[in-house]
Amino acid sequence: MKSRHKRIALIVGGLASLGVAAYFVLGALNSNIALFYTPTQVTAGEAPKDRAFRIGGLVKTGTVQRNAMTIHFVVTDTAKDIPVAFTGILPDLFKEGKGVVAQGRLAANGEFVASEVLAKHDENYMPPEAKQAIDEAQKTNKTLKKTL
Amino acid sequence: MIPELGLFALVLALAVAAVLGVLPLVGAHRGDSSWMAIGRSAAQAQWLLIATAFGCLTYAFVTNDFSVLYVAEHSNSQLPTVYRVAAVWGGHEGSLLLWMLMLSSWTLAVSLLSRALPEAMVARVLGVLGLVSFGFLLFILMTSSPFERLLPAAADGRDLNPLLQDPGLVIHPPMLYMGYVGFSVAFAFAIAALLSGQLDAAWARWSRPWTTTAWIFLTLGVGLGSGWAYYELGWGGWWFWDPVENASFMPWLLGTALMHSLAVTEKRGAFKNWTVLLAIGAFSLSLLGTFLVRSGVLTSVHAFATDPRRGIFILTFLGVVIGSSLFLFAWRAPKVGLGGRFALMSRETLLLMNNVLLAVAAGSVLLGTLYPLIIDALALGKISVGPPYFETVFVPLMVPLLFLIGLGPSARWKEASVIDLARRLRVAAGVALAAGIILPFALGSWKPLIGLGVLLAVWVAAATVTDIRNRLKNSAGGKPPRAFWGMHLAHIGVAVFVIGVTLVKGYESEKDVRMAPGDTVLVGGYSVRLVGITNRTGPNYSAVVGELELSKDGRLLRSLNPEKRKYFSSEMPMTEAAIDTGFFRDVYVSLGEPVGEKDGSGAWSVRVHHKPFVDWIWGGCLLMALGGLIAVTDRRYRLKVKGVAA
Repeated sequence: MKSRHKRIALIVGGLASLGVAAYFVLGALNSNIALFYTPTQVTAGEAPKDRAFRIGGLVKTGTVQRNAMTIHFVVTDTAKDIPVAFTGILPDLFKEGKGVVAQGRLAANGEFVASEVLAKHDENYMPPEAKQAIDEAQKTNKTLKKTL
Repeated sequence: MIPELGLFALVLALAVAAVLGVLPLVGAHRGDSSWMAIGRSAAQAQWLLIATAFGCLTYAFVTNDFSVLYVAEHSNSQLPTVYRVAAVWGGHEGSLLLWMLMLSSWTLAVSLLSRALPEAMVARVLGVLGLVSFGFLLFILMTSSPFERLLPAAADGRDLNPLLQDPGLVIHPPMLYMGYVGFSVAFAFAIAALLSGQLDAAWARWSRPWTTTAWIFLTLGVGLGSGWAYYELGWGGWWFWDPVENASFMPWLLGTALMHSLAVTEKRGAFKNWTVLLAIGAFSLSLLGTFLVRSGVLTSVHAFATDPRRGIFILTFLGVVIGSSLFLFAWRAPKVGLGGRFALMSRETLLLMNNVLLAVAAGSVLLGTLYPLIIDALALGKISVGPPYFETVFVPLMVPLLFLIGLGPSARWKEASVIDLARRLRVAAGVALAAGIILPFALGSWKPLIGLGVLLAVWVAAATVTDIRNRLKNSAGGKPPRAFWGMHLAHIGVAVFVIGVTLVKGYESEKDVRMAPGDTVLVGGYSVRLVGITNRTGPNYSAVVGELELSKDGRLLRSLNPEKRKYFSSEMPMTEAAIDTGFFRDVYVSLGEPVGEKDGSGAWSVRVHHKPFVDWIWGGCLLMALGGLIAVTDRRYRLKVKGVAA
């Protein structure tokens, strides 16, 4: 094989494999991102019905109920509430009145069935998603009051 | 007084770094050997000053000097002494100082161990390292001095995050930073080569041991981090594809590519430009990792925007480093030349494919890590990229890579024959195929991915053994060098790692159950019985301790005592798992929370895991690092150094 042909073969092969890799990588990225919704958005029906997504907010005080290994609680952004169910062991920092982020799907009865509950870092840390949800809800609250 | 001394040492170090970053480089350019000679003494002076600063900070921690803000934020008088020392790097400022200590230690090592190298090359390498030091010292002094005073002094400190109060944390960051920062030496060698135009086999031979040493530390650091997450976070997971983990994994991937590409440059004089580019890339990813972890962008893009000084500084630094080195590359690389020719089927081509796969892997991790940040910064919403993305991308990339590990060492340089390769490796391939089909049945059930994982791991191991046998049979070339054994041991480490990952992913069983005293749960053929729950008080925490009995086939093996701790200084609870470690499996038990308050049964939710072969993951990492260590001690690197030093 001539060296020019060899070089062309290497370049074409390299580009082809990079193209295939890019195709798979972007495909995987597209199907594996979890979008984030605030309780207000979920109540308004903006969240997808057929795929997993994340919600964030505060664990509403007095709503945590244990039923064997399943735990029911309410996540709120201070404007709207979403009931959540989770089966398993919650992370150490899960607490009433503290920030939480959950990933899962919306069940037919309107309950958010979480496959994963995140409450990480130290006790004063607020997950950014949870903070954003509360900030947004309070912003709309204020504008509502102004218009009234 | 001591903290001020530390600060003063840092300021002096900055001045020395400025000297180190300018004079030797100018001297090398002009051919002025007295200016070049300044490099060595400046490197040593810089190390002394930074070690002094680090010592001062450690002293402040050990003596509980809460008039220092950083100490008050990260330590507490109840904290055991060993964790007070570890607390030095428990926060932002101190970990940067540790970074700096590592960088100056590498610089010192270059100045001491490079007597066989041409004076101009040493001067350039030290000069580049001096410039990097200058940037980091400036960063520490301008935005993150650990010596800031808190007046009046706090009565007591806020304490170290309980998660970090663990022996793993005492050694994990220093290892990781040694690795991260070590790539700065590979980078400095690459820049020195571009500046001088000397980029040949000799250059690659000088650069290789430094790169491999950095890689050894990074391998150990990443492995330790994963082990720490496994036993300290109480979840039983060993890798989360968390951005912080990815930050250390990306330089590892490119560093691995760099090691292999340097081999080609040394042996065949090829891939020169590519090697230089990889060295720049690996160091840039180390810097990017530092930026991601240290600027606060990960917590929230908005947190970064409200206090942007640190982030902006690192980002600017990153831009200057990448920009100027790429500019230099574009300017000088055409002069470097392409090097030896090789056939389409040759060891060079196989190593090139290895490099492409590793670079694509690093790129896809980078994409998954930065994508949520970019989307957030553009205000397009909030998303998270989870482990499924990384797993979907990684498996197809690692399959061909593992196949190549088997082929590479047996293939000839320059031109290899496919028929010859196939003849030599057909037994290995047969063994691997048989193992992939049969072994999973023996272990439980056959699933495609488990079969594939076992097949590839056994393929790597069998091909490695084949190559060793062939080499020993044809001993015409004399005894194989240490580098040969090192490479093969590291590849065996990869096989062990793959077995660990495959089997733990395929056969692990996890049970989250409610257990009252006397209850028994079965997992993976073992039975775990909860005997009772007691209380215990530690030096700076109180704990609830579970007493569980692990038994198999009615025979009591041992008792397991997982804890739920509450630290006095913060209300933060901590789960301490209890693990029965074995060669073929771990049994992992951790406490959830009390769930029997209503019925008064004293029941707790308990997490019980059976993890087959999980320790092979870290065993594989250790073997890889050990392989690297053996390769570094190869005579051809050692002789040169010794010959002149004696």
